[in-house]
Amino acid sequence: MSTPFYVSPQQAMADRAEYARKGIARGRSLVVLQYADGIVFVGENPSRALHKFSEIYDRIGFAAAGKYNEYENLRIGGVRYADLRGYTYDRGDVTARGLANVYAQTLGTIFSSAGEKPYEVELVVAEVGETPEGDQIYRLPHDGSIVDEHGSVAVGGNAEQISSYLDQRHREGMTLAEALKLAVQALSRDTSGSEREIPAERLEVAVLDRTRPQRRKFRRITGPRLERLLAGGGEGGAAATDAGKGEDPEDASEE
Amino acid sequence: MEANTRDTGRLPAAFLTPGSSSFMDFLAGHQPDMLPGNRQLPPTQGVIEAPHGTTIVAVTFPGGVVLAGDRRATMGNVIAQRDIEKVFPADEYSAVGIAGTAGLAVEMVKLFQLELEHFEKVEGAQLSLEGKANRLSTMIRSNLGMAMQGLAVVPLFAGYDLDRRKGRIFSYDVTGGRSDEQAGFAATGSGSLFARGSMKKLYREDLTEEQATTLVVQALYDAADDDSATGGPDMARRIFPIVTVITEDGFRRLTDQESSQIARSVLDRRLEEPDGPRAALL
Repeated sequence: MSTPFYVSPQQAMADRAEYARKGIARGRSLVVLQYADGIVFVGENPSRALHKFSEIYDRIGFAAAGKYNEYENLRIGGVRYADLRGYTYDRGDVTARGLANVYAQTLGTIFSSAGEKPYEVELVVAEVGETPEGDQIYRLPHDGSIVDEHGSVAVGGNAEQISSYLDQRHREGMTLAEALKLAVQALSRDTSGSEREIPAERLEVAVLDRTRPQRRKFRRITGPRLERLLAGGGEGGAAATDAGKGEDPEDASEE
Repeated sequence: MEANTRDTGRLPAAFLTPGSSSFMDFLAGHQPDMLPGNRQLPPTQGVIEAPHGTTIVAVTFPGGVVLAGDRRATMGNVIAQRDIEKVFPADEYSAVGIAGTAGLAVEMVKLFQLELEHFEKVEGAQLSLEGKANRLSTMIRSNLGMAMQGLAVVPLFAGYDLDRRKGRIFSYDVTGGRSDEQAGFAATGSGSLFARGSMKKLYREDLTEEQATTLVVQALYDAADDDSATGGPDMARRIFPIVTVITEDGFRRLTDQESSQIARSVLDRRLEEPDGPRAALL
């Protein structure tokens, strides 16, 4: 009969954390930024169908880096949680804070239970408020902790470097076009500090737009609209023009 | 070691089980008591008195469909509510109007809206119009037990079919039977017989959106004229029918001002011709 090796709890946790971090680092990074009229999600994603960003509820969006099957499960769990809560109480009673808590508990339990493999995911839960002060962004690392973020946040492989780049350059009250450009600049810097080009069709972009007249503030930005935003640096009024009823035709078919 | 899923506050297994995109399926597995169809009503003597919604009408026109409803809810011979809203958007491209027991119907609509939204969020794509109509069928059928005790809900469903590029109307019976209305118009509720007669004579295939909205107000006026449970336009209280239009651009509810204008013009003509526009004899 063999005696199992003694592994100290510190070592066991450190091993699990390292395992999860390595898994997350394999995925591409993504960034979430506040801008004047809401919150924008930007990431590099070659797939048109397997999204990294999605809508959870009226004002709440979800972003994830890491292993697709694991975060997809958490995303659907979040949609079910939010819809059930809204159905039981009221739509206004569904909050990002509540959702972030549930995610944190779930990730934390999985991380510390010896029988389960830790999830290799890092999540961002964001809620757009009536004003920029009301915006909430929570980052949820693999171990179940919650970090309350302001302004900008990056998760995934190269997150630390991208975060510091964003922290230096992000300011309050940016237009959507400005925030989007900054996000793309940040994402296109690789570890050595040199830049590479990310074409528009490899970008996944979504916003939580507080000026949207509909109850559901989440929308994806794709195709010509995305190219316009990336090209037209002076499109300061971009956020203002999509507030009205006359939205782009591609927007209608997309939702 | 099995993780304790009860006391840790983590999402229960039902939330993380992949597979279903239906909120109702999720509810049936996780909290079946919250589904309206699972409620058992104790056997009662006679009919339960509860507010009933009355007349809903719908008309298609090239480019879309109009769904409208009067504003009255009745309980026996009492007017229970003068300004009830019985037409709701189901999602961006469809709407549902309800006739029958108001309390149950409003709850059914709430669950139906959620079902469509839930599917859209989980799948990242909308259900087809047929798919939506079938979901509503299932929900009506699950209310059959209540319906047999006098608490029926009979909605009218209208939407813009993005695949066929036209407006369509689905009507239902109390058992969940669904029919795709090819005639271009349909009605449900106590005043529906009169409304349908009115629409039959006024409808033609080349209506404009404006004419279609006038037609539904005419039909509701005729229904209110002959059915005591249907409310006509209330000029004194400024309560007018709810008129909604669904086209390629999505769902739109006419503003109070727009619907009052239509109601006024209909009323003005009726002051001269109380029975409304006349159709040719031959």
